[in-house]
Amino acid sequence: MSQNSHGIGGLTFDEKKKVRAPEWNVFFALILIVAIFEALGFMLQGQSFLFDSAGRFDSIFNEARLKIIILQVAIVGIIAIGSTQVIILGGIDLSPGSVVGLTAMVAMSFAQVAEVNGLANPKLMFDGIADLPVIAPLVVGILCGVLAGLVNGALIAYTKIPPFIATLGMMVTARGAAKWWSKGQPISFPTESYAAIGEGMNPVFIFIALAILFHLILTYTVYGKHTYAIGSNEQASRMSGINVERHKVLVYTIAATLAALAAVVLSSKNLTAQAGMGVMYELDAIAMTVIGGVSLSGGRGSIIGTVIGSLIFGVIISGFTFLKLDAYYQEMVKGAIIVGAVVLDQWRQTRASARL
Amino acid sequence: MSDIILETRDLTKHYGGVHALEGANFQIHKGEHVAIMGDNGAGKSTFVRQITAVEQRTRGEVIFDGKPVHFAGPIEAREAGIETVFQNLALADDLDVPSNLFLGREKVKFNLGPFSILDRKAMREATMAGLVKTGVKIPNIMNPIRNMSGGQRQCVAIARTAAFHSKLTIMDEPTAALGVQETAQVENIIKTLKEQGESLILISHNMRQVFDLMDRIVVFRRGRICANLNVRDTDPQDVVAYITGAKTGAEYADAV
Repeated sequence: MSQNSHGIGGLTFDEKKKVRAPEWNVFFALILIVAIFEALGFMLQGQSFLFDSAGRFDSIFNEARLKIIILQVAIVGIIAIGSTQVIILGGIDLSPGSVVGLTAMVAMSFAQVAEVNGLANPKLMFDGIADLPVIAPLVVGILCGVLAGLVNGALIAYTKIPPFIATLGMMVTARGAAKWWSKGQPISFPTESYAAIGEGMNPVFIFIALAILFHLILTYTVYGKHTYAIGSNEQASRMSGINVERHKVLVYTIAATLAALAAVVLSSKNLTAQAGMGVMYELDAIAMTVIGGVSLSGGRGSIIGTVIGSLIFGVIISGFTFLKLDAYYQEMVKGAIIVGAVVLDQWRQTRASARL
Repeated sequence: MSDIILETRDLTKHYGGVHALEGANFQIHKGEHVAIMGDNGAGKSTFVRQITAVEQRTRGEVIFDGKPVHFAGPIEAREAGIETVFQNLALADDLDVPSNLFLGREKVKFNLGPFSILDRKAMREATMAGLVKTGVKIPNIMNPIRNMSGGQRQCVAIARTAAFHSKLTIMDEPTAALGVQETAQVENIIKTLKEQGESLILISHNMRQVFDLMDRIVVFRRGRICANLNVRDTDPQDVVAYITGAKTGAEYADAV
């Protein structure tokens, strides 16, 4: 009998009998995919994918490519943190891409400078509203997200319409609102303090900080426990006294708020906001989540899985560029990967139930 | 008088025009094990749903532990000490045993509303204690219960009761979906609860089980109680006669 086994009446929580965390499988997949690109790189390009084969950097890694990979996934990754929670809850959220568009427009219009090169800002959205402290666009942006999320959550929880439909409605509506906000014009010239939010590697740090925060929340709080419980068995959760409706509103609100944060970071990084920002981000976020082992049937998955899933996603995209694969093929392969990940999830589930 | 743990007076539930439960007068004493029998649609589950406040009653009184009660929902009933094991296992398959036991009433270290920090160690220890009490053997309580057998899962559901020192346990057909061995396992737990002096209401169709384990049988027919029988003074044929309507208890003559 091992050290941590409590042998009372056959009751144990022996670490050895614990099933391996599925995140490990996702991690092995990441290693495997990197290895494949390394092999293909040497065969087709004659150079390493992630390692510094040309001696251009101080370390053994190809720092430039690593940076691009993480930076590329950081903003969609922030959205994926929200999508993870929604999918664990047993729902789906198609609106974050449009919420990004709307929030970017609204937040940016409160982040503009009064003067550009000594002349009045030609793109100023509201007369007199300029040079506000950075807190103003941040709060306004977050409020946008909270509002969109409350509408999503309330529709799903209280009218009982499927999440797919409710968030599809929000996806179309928010995109429309984003275009209406400035009548289709891009909004530019943010203040320096706003531009600082998404500068350099900041999006990556924000992504990592939010990932850690929500990993802790999902693992150690009642909120997390109830999210998994509802996704696993909604009826049982209700009978156990969990306020399922209120919890759903909370989860969708958090997801949309994360999308709003992503919008602030994105518009700040790009120094401009356009109504078309964030198109298809929701699908990329769902892809990262599913690749990361979060089950579309709810109840299973983790933020760690999604973070690794986002890295896999970034590695694949970057790997295709590295292999000089045409952009058209990239999108087609991306679609195949998403479907593949879901097939894998189904297969895992049938295998798990066959073991009974 | 004071040893009556639960009493219902004129408990009635109408679903629109359907009289699912009509004027149920029922008593259970402390430490007593009472079976509720009856055909499908006789009102057994409806009766339980009124007591546990899963639904709100149309009329009547529920007196629990000496006081009239009017629970707003199942969580309130549970806090008062009525523990229910539902027919369709109210368990979340992807969660481990402690999480299931404490579902909806997690122990917390710091109260921060929905973001309260869980006290995982305390829940794990209470789970162990609860399972030891019922004698359930589970390989590893920290694994998701998805991988457990039907019997083990039912035992987890029942172990909730033991873990929370409830005053009254209600089981709605706990062995309906179980195999022979698993049924025996659950029946063992019921015996253990009897030895520990826990009160229990058991809904069951299984005549042998009821006669083996219970003290008293209350028969429901078409929404009304039609018999209240001491297990020692009756036999299965008699009970079947009450269930099918061939006989009606003298004191329930109006139930026909």
